[in-house]
Amino acid sequence: MNTVWSLAKVVVLEMVRRKDFYVLFILTVLLTLTAASVNLFNDRSIVRYLKEICLLLIWLSALVIAITCTARQIPAEREHRTLFPLLAKPVTRGQFVLGKFLGCWLAVGLALASFYLFFGLVSATREQHWPVLNYLQAAWLHWLMLGIVIAFTLLGSILFATPSSNGTICFACAAGILLLGRHLNKVALSLAEPLQSLLYTAYFVLPHLEIFDVRELIIHDAGLIRWDMFALATLYAAAYTAFFLFAAWLAFRRRPLN
Amino acid sequence: MEATVSIENLRVEYSSRDLGESTKVAVNGLTLRVGQGEVFGFLGPNGAGKTSTMNVLLGFVPPTSGTARIFGVDVREPIARQRIGYLPEQTYYYKFLTAEELLRFYAGIFGIPRPETEARIDAVLKLVELDHARKRQIKTYSKGMQQRVGLAQALINNPDLLILDEPTSGLDPIGRMQVREIIQRLKGEGKTVFFSSHELGEVETVCDRVAILHQGELKTEGRVSDLLKEHSANLEQIFLKLIGYPPLP
Repeated sequence: MNTVWSLAKVVVLEMVRRKDFYVLFILTVLLTLTAASVNLFNDRSIVRYLKEICLLLIWLSALVIAITCTARQIPAEREHRTLFPLLAKPVTRGQFVLGKFLGCWLAVGLALASFYLFFGLVSATREQHWPVLNYLQAAWLHWLMLGIVIAFTLLGSILFATPSSNGTICFACAAGILLLGRHLNKVALSLAEPLQSLLYTAYFVLPHLEIFDVRELIIHDAGLIRWDMFALATLYAAAYTAFFLFAAWLAFRRRPLN
Repeated sequence: MEATVSIENLRVEYSSRDLGESTKVAVNGLTLRVGQGEVFGFLGPNGAGKTSTMNVLLGFVPPTSGTARIFGVDVREPIARQRIGYLPEQTYYYKFLTAEELLRFYAGIFGIPRPETEARIDAVLKLVELDHARKRQIKTYSKGMQQRVGLAQALINNPDLLILDEPTSGLDPIGRMQVREIIQRLKGEGKTVFFSSHELGEVETVCDRVAILHQGELKTEGRVSDLLKEHSANLEQIFLKLIGYPPLP
């Protein structure tokens, strides 16, 4: 575990010392505060729009941070040749993949904590209440979803040649699943065979990232998510993350480093 | 006595991208032993198979056939790398870390306890003369300093075997002399050093034994003094003769 933890710490330090997170955080803050300064007809529902804008920016920023941070990890290790002194130490390829995953996930978790804290502050100043537990549930589910994204981006960084192509593919996949994932079965119904079966298979095989998107519940101040459903979503995310990490390890395990 | 490095009939093949050629043989039937406390020079022109052999020793590439062992342990086992230090050629270490943080990171991988880690960091940074720059980010280092921080990371676990891939490549004369002094100091401490280099004068000064590889095959192996006596020439002349340079018209 020492090895995995040491690898993860370096990834977290990298994110803390790079500008990516700060740029996206400041952009989110500026856009949200600009939106907050608009007050049309003293409309109370304007707060909902504000929350919606802020959460949308958080979702976009977190996705960008997660994918860009993860996509460059293994290619950068190869390009700078740091992979060689690292794997010349008693580090297994499995530990390497796991360490990179843990580092990216923790780094994104830190970023997410800052974003949700800002969201909480904006929401509290406008609504004079702070449903901490609801926000924690939303942030946790969001973090789990990003865990799946990080795991498949890590797999992509082993399979695809460059970080930019991997980043673009992963971003398109994640955005595609988030926007269209829940409708795939309905679209499949309207298609002829064999496309129908193909799309149905994709519907059941792809990770449904959209189930972790509980922004509507936060915007409309709905109650807490049932804890059994919450635990099930956690297990669902853990299973997909483990699957992608296992695939990444399989792909990386026998790859010659020369 | 168990050899520190033992290679038996090693063959390494890569799939070739050239038309009409399915595989490229990088190393062919190499057998080699390096004893404890020796400084062993591994020589050969570019493409001779030196780096491929090192890659096998470090577990980066699986051997096509034959075996390679370090301290008697098959190199495919990660534990074989617990007592070695490796300095690759031209590595650009994590530029956002300071030398101290980099060494702490590698020490963490070896599971070295915290107080011992700090003592090791102090010792290796003094050895490579980077103590004054320990809190500076690596991105501010010169090429020579980066090479020395590389040497420091290779020494952090106080290894019994050091594998150095062209440790003086790209360094100025002072940098080269410093690295040479460090190797000699390590030899004095009883460490085994296995290194490749194109600087034959340097090899002649530092090494106890050498092996010359050409086109994947071992051309000669022996004590430097014996080779010089046998051929009545310096190492550079012996090297050129063995690889067939200049080529016959």
